[in-house]
Amino acid sequence: MPPEPRSGLGRRLLFLLPVAAFIGLVAVFAFGLGHDPSALKSAMIDKPAPAFSLSPILEDRPGLARADLGGKPVLVNFFASWCAPCRAEHATLTGLAAAGVPVYGIAYKDKPQDARRFLTDLGDPYQRIGLDFDGRTAIDFGVYGVPETYILDRDGRIRYRYAGALTDAVLKTEILPRLEALAQP
Amino acid sequence: MTARLAATLGLLLAFAAPAFAVNPDERLADPVLEARARTLGKSLRCLVCQNQSIDDSNADLAHDLRVLVRERLTAGDSDPQVLAYLQARYGDYVLLKPPVDPATWVLWFGPGAVLLVGAGVLILRRRPVPAVPVPLSAEERARVDLLMAGTEE
Repeated sequence: MPPEPRSGLGRRLLFLLPVAAFIGLVAVFAFGLGHDPSALKSAMIDKPAPAFSLSPILEDRPGLARADLGGKPVLVNFFASWCAPCRAEHATLTGLAAAGVPVYGIAYKDKPQDARRFLTDLGDPYQRIGLDFDGRTAIDFGVYGVPETYILDRDGRIRYRYAGALTDAVLKTEILPRLEALAQP
Repeated sequence: MTARLAATLGLLLAFAAPAFAVNPDERLADPVLEARARTLGKSLRCLVCQNQSIDDSNADLAHDLRVLVRERLTAGDSDPQVLAYLQARYGDYVLLKPPVDPATWVLWFGPGAVLLVGAGVLILRRRPVPAVPVPLSAEERARVDLLMAGTEE
């Protein structure tokens, strides 16, 4: 017995199948184009900042410890004098500090004298600077490469992480709106 | 001469073990702990290179993580505790073998599901086995002959 002939509607839907598959593929590609697969979401978001206590690198500037976080929203910026993107983002940070945003610095695996020269050459946006010589504090923050910048709320919880060099565009779209939202009582 | 060449080649081959990045100064004196550290190191992703384990990678962060794993082991952590320690900081991504949870169900069970769906479609669409042809009756045969005779002109 020959197979039952398909109804007209079923046949027409079958013709639509490649079109649907094509639209699906376009959607996947469109998502993939705007999505950086190497960008990782931080596992530390909404967790309290880890315990740490880092010694200062400048005589007139305090170091940085867990106890210094909290009370107000702050930026914590991991940098290093040997890191080229850190140089690239530094002007953005100094501009941000000049605008009154508290920025704390953690010098990642740096020699104090190199970090000092870096700050003398490029300007110093940091209210506090701690030296993370062995990179342990960075691991506790979930840092995988400098520069990385964290937004902490007034409870000392990590609310946002930006990996890579900050730019004015990133400040405008990612950093400043979050800081403003956190500054609301 | 040939024997010497063979011996040299043999020696070279003996040293041609996979080139791990674990440096001599990182290794633990205790061979049991070191073996556990190696097993863990192979299952942890280097966050910088992203497609290598921390044992295979020469990145600074991979070195730091190898040292950290060994410190945790020496401090008495179990293997799952060490993994949890890093997972808390770097997320599931640090594990080269992703955990089975709702977010990874598609990853773990997707291929099997596709296979099952394919098998189901094949079974449903299978054509019925053609019936054994029944020989014509004498009456039918006569009719066929009559029809065929008419076409042979």
